[in-house]
Amino acid sequence: MATPAASIQTKTSSESAENFIKGLWRENPVFVALLGMCPVLAVTNSAINALAIGAASTFVMVLSSTIVSLAQKLIPKQVRIASYILIIATFVTVTEYVLQALSYEVHKALGAFIALIVVNCMILGRAEAFASRNNLRQAVMDALGMGVGFTVACLSLGTVREILGNGTLFGFQVLGSEFEPWIVMILPPGAFFVLGMWLLLFNWIKHRKEAAE
Amino acid sequence: MNTASSMSIFLNAALINNFVLAMFLGICPFLGVSSKVDTALRMGGAVTFVMLVSSVCAYGINKALIFIGAPYLQLIAYIVVIASSVQLVEMIIKKFSPALFRALGIFLPLITTNCAILGVALFQTAKQYDFIQSLSYAAGAGVGFIIALVLMAGMRERLELSSVSSVVQGAAVTLILAGILSMAFMGFAGMAS
Repeated sequence: MATPAASIQTKTSSESAENFIKGLWRENPVFVALLGMCPVLAVTNSAINALAIGAASTFVMVLSSTIVSLAQKLIPKQVRIASYILIIATFVTVTEYVLQALSYEVHKALGAFIALIVVNCMILGRAEAFASRNNLRQAVMDALGMGVGFTVACLSLGTVREILGNGTLFGFQVLGSEFEPWIVMILPPGAFFVLGMWLLLFNWIKHRKEAAE
Repeated sequence: MNTASSMSIFLNAALINNFVLAMFLGICPFLGVSSKVDTALRMGGAVTFVMLVSSVCAYGINKALIFIGAPYLQLIAYIVVIASSVQLVEMIIKKFSPALFRALGIFLPLITTNCAILGVALFQTAKQYDFIQSLSYAAGAGVGFIIALVLMAGMRERLELSSVSSVVQGAAVTLILAGILSMAFMGFAGMAS
């Protein structure tokens, strides 16, 4: 028989697991909530860029959720949005300088989109809707789940676009040399098409499931 | 210093590198408030106005930050300026034109998190535009935003009346439409000098 303390322990850990997993699929910020679309569409013309923007956004989201959750009692209600934006902007500045030091090439490819993480509604949304009213552990798990979900979504666009548009994946040739690159896929319209097709696929799966029931 | 003429900057921001369809800035309002043409027009007007105001502010802030030698504060300063200029615009409109204020409603505060506005501020700094060039860049970006939003709203109004398979309905068909519109705008690339 479990002691009360142990049952509380399992409850919180299953709760954090739940908070982590919901960001991956059920409440995926990109595919379900359609939040934070600008970077998803703009810089996913190759898999490595998609991975970089996903990792940078996750990093900013986890750290800002940490601070927002810790400071939830200190921030007056009237100025909370402005405070959240300031917290996020600080971490974005840190990320930008770190990325510039780590890989100048990737930093150049992403350009202003690193700075534009500040106005990603996904991050502000999680700070307002989740981190500001939950404890540190849940807030971090939620941010991590959303971040990983966001990265997966970016990668699912980036890989498809790079393979079709360039015949490569992470810079390695995957399609034979006789493959004629589908240039439009790495140009702006390709982003809309690929994301539209992913949503179409998910819709179709959902419809089939409903029809089967 | 950038020597491009104001006219070419304006056309470049409005058509060739359209903010929404080629640079993917401001996608959230583009997908969110593009279901009716008149709301799209109003939203576009509000965004253009805030763009002009924050472009002027960003120009001044950048000069001040270079003067005190703290360029790392750029992003934080810009976002504060944009948030406060949105507040200011909101108060001014509320005082002078309550009708317009009611019409814009929730769109005004939401402009703060519109990446197109911050994008204008960041790109004009990165391209080292002077004051006049910055202004024409902001105007071009705003006009480009209105064009994209209104075109999209027009297409979506037509879409309402046509029969669309239930699998494609919603976000999927909107995105594919946006892709086709974006492809059409690629035709302007030939105008670049």
